[in-house]
Amino acid sequence: MTLRNHPPAEPDIASLKAHALDLRRKMMGMASGKGEGYIAQGLGIADCLAALYFHEMRHDPARADWADRDRFLLSTGHYSIAMYAVLAQAGYLDVAELPSYGINGSALPMSTFDTTNGVEIVGGSLGHGLGQAVGMAMGLRLDGSPARVFCEFSDGELDEGSTWESAMGAATFKCDNLVVLIDCNGIQADGPVTVAIEPVADKMTAFGFETYEIDGNDMAALAEALGKCREPNGKPKAIVLRTIPGFGIPTIMARERAHFVRVGNDEWDALIAELEHENA
Amino acid sequence: MPDSQTLGNRTRGMGEIVDIAGKTTEIAPFGNTLAELGRERPEIVGLTADMGRYSDILPFRDAHPDRFFNVGMAEQNLVLIAAGLSKVGKIAYCTTYSVFVTRRAYDFIAIACAHSMANVKIFAGMPGLLNGYGATHQATEDLNMMRGIADLTIIDPCDATELKQVVRAVADIPGTVYVRNLRGKVPVELPADYKFELGKAKVLREGNGEIGMISTGYMSARGLDAARIVQSEGHDVGLLHVGTIKPFDKKGVIEFARRHKRLIIAENHKTTGGLASLVIEALYEAGVYMPVVKIGLADSFFECGSQEYLEKKYEVDLPRFVRAIREGV
Ligand SMILES: Cc1ncc(C[n+]2csc(CCOP(=O)(O)OP(=O)(O)O)c2C)c(N)n1
Ligand SMILES: [Mg+2]
Repeated sequence: MTLRNHPPAEPDIASLKAHALDLRRKMMGMASGKGEGYIAQGLGIADCLAALYFHEMRHDPARADWADRDRFLLSTGHYSIAMYAVLAQAGYLDVAELPSYGINGSALPMSTFDTTNGVEIVGGSLGHGLGQAVGMAMGLRLDGSPARVFCEFSDGELDEGSTWESAMGAATFKCDNLVVLIDCNGIQADGPVTVAIEPVADKMTAFGFETYEIDGNDMAALAEALGKCREPNGKPKAIVLRTIPGFGIPTIMARERAHFVRVGNDEWDALIAELEHENA
Repeated sequence: MPDSQTLGNRTRGMGEIVDIAGKTTEIAPFGNTLAELGRERPEIVGLTADMGRYSDILPFRDAHPDRFFNVGMAEQNLVLIAAGLSKVGKIAYCTTYSVFVTRRAYDFIAIACAHSMANVKIFAGMPGLLNGYGATHQATEDLNMMRGIADLTIIDPCDATELKQVVRAVADIPGTVYVRNLRGKVPVELPADYKFELGKAKVLREGNGEIGMISTGYMSARGLDAARIVQSEGHDVGLLHVGTIKPFDKKGVIEFARRHKRLIIAENHKTTGGLASLVIEALYEAGVYMPVVKIGLADSFFECGSQEYLEKKYEVDLPRFVRAIREGV
């Protein structure tokens, strides 16, 4: 078995967990005082981003345009708060810029644009990630590059026809250098997921993916599943992440309408204290 | 509700309902009217693509849960299911943001709906800069796209008064209708006796024949505000509101233009392919040549931010209107 562009064999789970906590701290700092934000999704996907940027992916913040870097595509553009947090933590963005998230004229807008250092695609119109990831995987292979492509998308994006067209493309063109991370957090804009998207893992398998299904907030499970996805065996890989919106802050986890969490200016400090307390 | 001290300096949340300074508003005129109409017309069904809360259709869902369908975030499917429902006798009102239904479902609107004169009524939310989420969410070329489809009716209402009439009127307009929807607290701007008539532009203000403004959507209300501001300076501006973009009231526009020396054309859309293009085409064809100032968006992609910030930055705010009247540029 040849591993392409391989990451270290043994993940340092404790250090990855510490990274995830730091991402959550950064996101709370970005959202606080703004009354609201996509904080629940950010907290939910933090573990996955920590595992990718600080373990699995080969990348170099000093050379964001390195041709052989592994690509990460955040298809769910409104998860931008998480993207900016991880890019800052990895060294692509200036940490001091984070509080400007969502503010008029900020370089860190509510939806992601590929003009931001480290951001690969324009997000916001959902269902755009996977197809572009397939194209990148095909192009990198043509160039003989060892780079791999990682693409996050959400359970809501499984509603879009484009996602399934792209999934078939990934199998048709045998994109074994592609790993998709499907954030099944159970919610979308109007509330709980109501479209018959399940069984997601079986569907991905039927569409030709080598599929794993894990607790997306379990760091060891993340590192293990990512490790299994390295093999160049002719199949695209999918990891179905079962995540909890607001993970790490019980009060937000308990929110029923978590797509757009509204928080009073006086409540942020208590929530941040909760995060610290939970992870003490 | 949380403290919203920082409201004006950031991108607003999707479902946020904001007060509009100095304006009387009405909450959810689209959804409340549709719920009422649904009681009278059992053939009406309501659909959304995971944008129920954000398109104001929830009053219809609550009143008629058995006739409401959320197809999920699947705009192409939304339009196809609506077309299917219409082909077995339903009138299908469907909702999402204008940007997603136009850009993603264009082929389906053209063929499954318009080509068959399907009874599909698309209420397309937060057009133009009403959406603060940047280019991905801002329908700034939807009028241009939609006017390219034959047999489609296009309406860009000014305010709550007109929107409520449109919700009822479209049920009896044959075929597919695209309406630029206004959500949340929608200003009441037009006089109580205003009557929406399909395909008829309406003179909202008679001027002294110097400057005539031709506008659509909520920009007509801004035009009225601007006209009031400059009144005391001796500018008496006429205003023609083009509520129906297609079929376009060429006759009304040409007549109005002929009564003025110069024109201002204003829309919540790019200045290419929308109202300004339609007006100029009509005038040129009729041999009417006169100075025109266009207020609208450049042919570009736009950034994220609050509505006030974006309107100022991209020069479609009230001061821009006043300048166009005062300085003729
Ligand atoms: C093509 C498209 N249609 C509609 C929307 C509006 N929208 C924004 S978020 C969202 C929900 C999508 O589901 P998911 O990503 O699972 O939501 P979350 O888990 O963040 O609640 C919708 C419909 C969009 N951004 N893009
Ligand atoms: Mg979701």
